[in-house]
Amino acid sequence: MTLDELLRPFEFQFFQNGLVVATVAGALCGLIGVYVVLRSMSYIGHGLSHAIFGGFAVSALAGVNLFLGAGLWGLASALAVSSVTRRRPIGSDAAIGVITTASFAFGLAALQLGGGADVDADAALFGNVLGVTRGDVLLVSGVTLFAVAVIVLRYRSLLFVTFDPEVAEASGVPVARIDALLMLVLAASILATMNVMGVTLIAAALVLPAVVARMVTSSFSTMLWLSALIGGVCGFVGMNLSYHLDVASGPTIVLVGGVLFVVALAVSGRRGRVRLGRLATH
Amino acid sequence: MNDLLALHGVRAGYGDGAVLEDVTLAVGAGDFVGIVGPSGSGKSTLLRVLLGSVPVTGGAVRRAPGTRVGYVPQVERIDWDFPVTVSQCVLMARTGRLAPWTSRQEKAEVREVLGRLGIGDLADRHIRALSGGQQQRVFLARALLGEPDLLLLDEPTSGVDVRTRHEILHLLGELHDGGLGIVLTTHDLNGIAAHLPRLVCLNGRVLGEGAPADVLVPEVLEATYGSPMEVLEHGGMRVVVDAPVGGAVLPFRRQGGAA
Repeated sequence: MTLDELLRPFEFQFFQNGLVVATVAGALCGLIGVYVVLRSMSYIGHGLSHAIFGGFAVSALAGVNLFLGAGLWGLASALAVSSVTRRRPIGSDAAIGVITTASFAFGLAALQLGGGADVDADAALFGNVLGVTRGDVLLVSGVTLFAVAVIVLRYRSLLFVTFDPEVAEASGVPVARIDALLMLVLAASILATMNVMGVTLIAAALVLPAVVARMVTSSFSTMLWLSALIGGVCGFVGMNLSYHLDVASGPTIVLVGGVLFVVALAVSGRRGRVRLGRLATH
Repeated sequence: MNDLLALHGVRAGYGDGAVLEDVTLAVGAGDFVGIVGPSGSGKSTLLRVLLGSVPVTGGAVRRAPGTRVGYVPQVERIDWDFPVTVSQCVLMARTGRLAPWTSRQEKAEVREVLGRLGIGDLADRHIRALSGGQQQRVFLARALLGEPDLLLLDEPTSGVDVRTRHEILHLLGELHDGGLGIVLTTHDLNGIAAHLPRLVCLNGRVLGEGAPADVLVPEVLEATYGSPMEVLEHGGMRVVVDAPVGGAVLPFRRQGGAA
């Protein structure tokens, strides 16, 4: 492949939009993923992305703005999941499975029954560079700025709640509010990255950069920026591969993350494997 | 009255069940109280009630206005693999400030408190890369950075060796001499409880309260632990030992083998 061929997609506006969105979305997922991984919320992230698909389907069929409808649906799901996780009336993993997969199944059934033939469900499920618009660029940029603002302004509280929620609460940190804020940021991030990552693969985009970052550092602040950087690199490289291989963007971005994981595993040696093992026991 | 915290007929627990019933206890400025009792007796719950993290379902809790309470959790509850250094962990006590970076004054305060606890050279170490006693001091430092009037410690000597236990007890004694009120829970009747000025024997209810000489007696201990115990005198100290069950020798001893 020549340099001209490599650079050719940059001539297209849709690719430029897609590349910006994938890179920023990757960084956003990497940033939020640190909290998702350290708080053992990977399953919540996975479930929430599926739950949002229900909102996407209903909004598409009802002719409501997709981001508004799916956003409200996602927020409601996030708060329901947060509430169940805190109160634990039944096992939290079971409750998350019920709430989110029921929402996902509802979305699939609604699209089939509601005749949503003109709704690009595949793009929502697996991500599609062609579906990325100028509006997506603005949306992802806006959500990323919001997420960065929350993390910067609530850095100390978020760190304390992530490390030791009970003592944080006793020390006057409003844990329920911080949890709700994190779920809001997570839901907004999933919503904003849905078009390029696809709901079925967002969880991997959230988890992989943070896991790779954890394998090479033991500092929380370093893990935050490193995970965002890794996520951004995955998005950039994955989007280019998506174009050249003619494969949906979600899988290529996640596969780049998978390759980085293997490389980190090999390079970080025993220390990285120990950190990875401990992450699994969180 | 200069009570910092006072419980009156408190009932508390989790969900529908009550772990504590009719607990009345007052802790004043400069008190040093040890809470003893068997596993599941409500020691940690009592500490959490004092802390305010477990709501009471009966009775009343009174906290003197402006009282600051520091809390040192059980080391078994800590996620030692979490990616934080000693200084980052201690700084968690300062969540009021919005800026994510550490100010020069905060750095100096962290250095001071770590130095006071004898771990000033460990600020940049990961929390896992410490000995048991050092780990306990990190969380003590975090609590002290909040400048508390009262310090609550949940099993501060659990899982540490004898020397570390002595170090922690002396450290707490020094803090107490400096005017800090302290309440701790412990399973260690001889190594810790017998050395404290005041004990509370707990098993769902308060079954004894007072100086070790008053509560470390067979009647109170049997009521608390549900098992006969004997109290011996050794070097002016009370030493609690298990009484032989029904005068019988335990089977593995009878066979002469080691456990």
